[in-house]
Amino acid sequence: MPSVADWLRGRKRQIERREPGLWVKCPGCSETLYRKDLELNLLVCGRCGHHFRMPAADRIVSLIDGEFHEIAADLEPRDPLQWTDVKTYPQKLAADREKSGAVEAVIAGFGSMGGIEIGLAVMDFFFRGGTMGAVVGEKIALLFEESARRRVPAIVCTASGGARMEEGLVALMQMAKTSAALTRLQDARLPYICVLTDPTTGGVSASFAFDADVIVAEPKAVVGFAGRRVIEQTIRQRLPDDFQTAEFLIEHGHVDLIVDRHQLKAQLVQVLSMLLPGTGAGVPA
Amino acid sequence: MNVIVEREKGLLELEQRIGDLKALSEQHPEASFAAEIRALEEKYASLQREIFGNLTAWQKVHMARHPMRPRATAFIAALDEFVELHGDRAFRDDPAVIGGIGRLEGRRILVLAQQKGRDTKENVRRNFGMVHPEGYRKGLRLMRLAEKFSLPIVTYIDTSGADPGIGAEERGQSEAIAQCILQLTRVRVPVLAAVIGEGGSGGALAFGVADRIIMLEHSIFSIASPEGCAAILWKDAGKAEEAATRLKLTGSDLKGLGIVDHIVAEPLGGAHRDVDATVTSLLREQASSLDALAMLPLERLLQERYAKYRRIGSWQSQSDRMVRGAT
Ligand SMILES: [Zn+2]
Repeated sequence: MPSVADWLRGRKRQIERREPGLWVKCPGCSETLYRKDLELNLLVCGRCGHHFRMPAADRIVSLIDGEFHEIAADLEPRDPLQWTDVKTYPQKLAADREKSGAVEAVIAGFGSMGGIEIGLAVMDFFFRGGTMGAVVGEKIALLFEESARRRVPAIVCTASGGARMEEGLVALMQMAKTSAALTRLQDARLPYICVLTDPTTGGVSASFAFDADVIVAEPKAVVGFAGRRVIEQTIRQRLPDDFQTAEFLIEHGHVDLIVDRHQLKAQLVQVLSMLLPGTGAGVPA
Repeated sequence: MNVIVEREKGLLELEQRIGDLKALSEQHPEASFAAEIRALEEKYASLQREIFGNLTAWQKVHMARHPMRPRATAFIAALDEFVELHGDRAFRDDPAVIGGIGRLEGRRILVLAQQKGRDTKENVRRNFGMVHPEGYRKGLRLMRLAEKFSLPIVTYIDTSGADPGIGAEERGQSEAIAQCILQLTRVRVPVLAAVIGEGGSGGALAFGVADRIIMLEHSIFSIASPEGCAAILWKDAGKAEEAATRLKLTGSDLKGLGIVDHIVAEPLGGAHRDVDATVTSLLREQASSLDALAMLPLERLLQERYAKYRRIGSWQSQSDRMVRGAT
């Protein structure tokens, strides 16, 4: 049986490659942080608590107990529109693969978390801005269907700029595909928890993210339908700094909880243990 | 500036001249203008074919946004009967959404429509067809009503997108759209969507998940506006025309991708040149689609809807490069 560490070794270690180097400047407090310390602290600034964006593989390691069985790991996008802007779509995909070490914008699979068997999908903002095309849609749909079949709850950690423009309406329709698959989990009366991480917008926030039974957000995560710039252009005024943050969302009643990354696993386990009858072993058929 | 409106100017001039000549020949029956009138009419017809015979994607974008294009109200007015039902029961009635119960050539239906204005005053009231969360929640309430009373849901899509404003975000635009999409994937009555103008992104899709999707010939359905797409991917708003082509947002493109089921032809020159004919054609197609859907046992209808959306989008596998999926 592969452990999470084995599974991870099979993939390239994903770290934030946009700012390579030993030192990272914290956008929250401007402190210069030692990268190794930051990684040991779940990419949370030890000084001000700023939550850095987390690559999907690191997130999975932080949540899963022992083994992680990835599903549909080898799915790669096709190019339904033969898309070209300043580059071709396949060129962009190759560049993102190289830069992020990820093969797509989501990793999905099964494992146990605090002794509870779960289906887990984690989106990766470092690959195409976490955008949802046919592969992301397929993996999320498979996660919901397969969780229903195995009678285990599902957790999705979102980080996405929305539907992937380069796949056109095919990408937009993944909003319907993932929602349809989610009904299987709902009909099986199994919990689905969404963890909104920075940033989650557009076609992902307006589909499976906000259809969850319990919605958790990381501190200061920006979550909304329209992008900040689009809104500012439309209303021709500057938005307040806290607009569309997790704190804004909880004040307006759109999320259940804001949870610090260090408490996330324990909090998810506690919620699931109360939603599920029996202790931790899923629901009997 | 609307490129179709610009191109129509030459036609309207000719129309005016033909009208003037006809009036003149009535006042002066002794003089014969017949030959001149015929020549102008031939010129008119050939110009019309030249302009509208083969519209590009970019021209269709502008046709879909034409200020004279028939709105949802034009189609709703042609129903046998219609009772509008207002409000989301929580915040307010969103004028960008028209919902209600009606009868389409004898068939009981529930109508959900995105409504743009026909003039500036109505556009201000209807927010240019951009729906707020309360509009989607009105839709959600009516979807449940439809299910309870076994009314097939007929939707009309015509929006540049969901409202991108402060209030919309404060009231949960994402959640409102997400709930509509989810509800339509599972609602236990037939759903028939018709794109009549602009189908803009998730805000359009909220009423666009359906057993069958019909598009008027010159309507569009897109993940983003060509202007927005150009600004994001090319970082150059000037590339909007190229983006329109590449996005594959026309009815024929989308039928090719397996997303759209039927295209309803428009009169030469577009739906606004003969609204009655357009309304009649669409209603006829809706009636026959509703009859086809009514033939399916409910469980099969729901299975087919599930399978249809489950299939959209294909991928290849890294190891064997095997091509799977439908499109
Ligand atoms: Zn800091």
